[in-house]
Amino acid sequence: VSAAVQGAAAAEGVDVSTGRRPGLVRQAVFGEPQALIGIAIVVMFVLIAVVSPFVLHGDPKAKVGPIFQPPSIDHLLGLDGGGADMLRLLIAGTRVSLLVGFAAALVSALIGGLVGILSGFYGGRTDTVLMRITDYFLVIPDIPLMIVVAALFGRSLTNIILIIGVIYWTSTARLIRAQVKSVRERVYVKRARALGAGNRRLIFKHILPQVMPLLIANTVLLVAYAIFAETFITFLGLGDPSVISWGRLIENAFTDDAILNDAWWAIVPPGVCVTLVVLGSTMFGQSLEDALNPRLKVGHLSVRRFRMRPLRGQLDAE
Amino acid sequence: MRGFDYVAKRIAFALVTVFVAITLNFVLFRTLSGDAVSALRCRQCTKEFKEYQREQLGLDQSKWEQYKIYLSDLAHGDLGRSLRSEAPVTQELWPPLKNTMPMVALGTLFSIVFGVLAGVISAWRRGTWADKSTLWTGLSFYSMPPQWLGLLMVLFVAGALGLPTAGIKDPTLGILGDASTWEVFVDRMRHMILPALTLGLVLYGEYAIVVRSSMLETLGEDYVLTARAKGLSNWATVWKHGLRNALLPIITLVALSLGFIIGGSITIEYVFSYPGIGLLVVEAIDQRDYPVLQGAFLLLTFSVIFANLIADLLYFKLDPRVST
Repeated sequence: VSAAVQGAAAAEGVDVSTGRRPGLVRQAVFGEPQALIGIAIVVMFVLIAVVSPFVLHGDPKAKVGPIFQPPSIDHLLGLDGGGADMLRLLIAGTRVSLLVGFAAALVSALIGGLVGILSGFYGGRTDTVLMRITDYFLVIPDIPLMIVVAALFGRSLTNIILIIGVIYWTSTARLIRAQVKSVRERVYVKRARALGAGNRRLIFKHILPQVMPLLIANTVLLVAYAIFAETFITFLGLGDPSVISWGRLIENAFTDDAILNDAWWAIVPPGVCVTLVVLGSTMFGQSLEDALNPRLKVGHLSVRRFRMRPLRGQLDAE
Repeated sequence: MRGFDYVAKRIAFALVTVFVAITLNFVLFRTLSGDAVSALRCRQCTKEFKEYQREQLGLDQSKWEQYKIYLSDLAHGDLGRSLRSEAPVTQELWPPLKNTMPMVALGTLFSIVFGVLAGVISAWRRGTWADKSTLWTGLSFYSMPPQWLGLLMVLFVAGALGLPTAGIKDPTLGILGDASTWEVFVDRMRHMILPALTLGLVLYGEYAIVVRSSMLETLGEDYVLTARAKGLSNWATVWKHGLRNALLPIITLVALSLGFIIGGSITIEYVFSYPGIGLLVVEAIDQRDYPVLQGAFLLLTFSVIFANLIADLLYFKLDPRVST
């Protein structure tokens, strides 16, 4: 570590030996309005998803009036192409979209976390093989791959979750690997090893707790990608036909010719929800990630979705 | 010869990735998906026709044999035949590709122009209201599903600008006498603008962020300070000394984001019924025409791998400090 970096770190109140700051996460979340707004948006939608089954009774797809009826007092967001209440559909869609988002993010966090930890901790040949595989998958364009796999494997919600999860693990693996590699070299880990701690103990007791916050931050970001990806798959007619998600509502608006009927109320709301959640979880996840690891270096091939503050050295090859 | 090493490494990586993609393609379509022919959605197809198709595809042989045939066919540029039109897949891919390329190019051009403008404004007015709103507008567009933004375009913009919302050419064009080249060109452009604009809007946020941060970096350099001290106007400083250097990362970023550009253009083409690769993919999915889907996927994957290679090499050229 150069003297300049050490000086800068000391000025920011970072303990150079461990790279940790006191109350870092709290500071990241409450210190920045951006993170706070992001959290507020995500929490709002999660609340809607959790509370909705207690408030919303009956089938949201039920026909309650003429098709594409404009918004009125009874139906605040009007009716869709099947004569169902848009607001109810939107609330029902929140559940499915968030479920897909969180479940798929969990899948890729598990795979990416596992690959990253194994690769970073064991190094050597394990690392080479795992990172090679990761690199190949990073280059193959995710959206076409997702579409092809979805087309081949049938249209259930579980499949969609698995497909998204299995395709998005690569950047997580790279991120976690970098973090594990730096943690592994820290003094206390070396000391634990010298005292005779086995690999498993080292991973679970010393590495995992250090990597976990970053993994969680990354998972929050993945939720955004997954929700986004679901709208994509569903729009191409590959979604689960039995459930309502935001992606499905956008697709319905398109296939039911909401445009010819000038029914903006059937088109605009679901997209606004997707945009808000994606923006919200990105704002939150990114502030968290930045705070936890300001000098993150991710392979430049992982430029997949935006970063509000491009990582330093992002375009440098590793 | 470190430079040579680097170039050779990147090319080798690209070649291996191509092979991985080809194999992945085979595994996905031939072993995991079951039988392509029985999946075909085709009402008029008789049993005999399907048997014949199976034989044509070599589905009666072992997987390993199939893989070898598949590789040798591919080496000869044979991607198989479309199950519904019987035409070679390469022939099916070519016309849509010719339609997609100018549209994607125009969209990328829009995104670079918007991105550079937004990035420069943001960096120049750093920390102000103008900075924040410019950046957030870009990020909001970036968070929108492209198909949804396309629908909004049709709904709110097409009417106002009097632009067509579907297809690639006006069906009445050329009915009354031959249309001139200029008329055909204008007609094509009119059909291309909305899909390209959608693509440009969805993409520019990412470029804006990168231009902004690299502008901020260059504006802090000594030579920019010197330029200011010499009494150069703000505008000249930003353009001549700031932007030129800040543009370097953009070049590689454009190549790198090709994967996302391609993904986005699939649904955008669907919304605008623009007869490109994206629409071909949608139709192939709809009719379960696996050879076409497979061919399109390979084409898209290859172009992304190629773009990545170009990005790596360009970046090396621009910044020889890159090593591995």
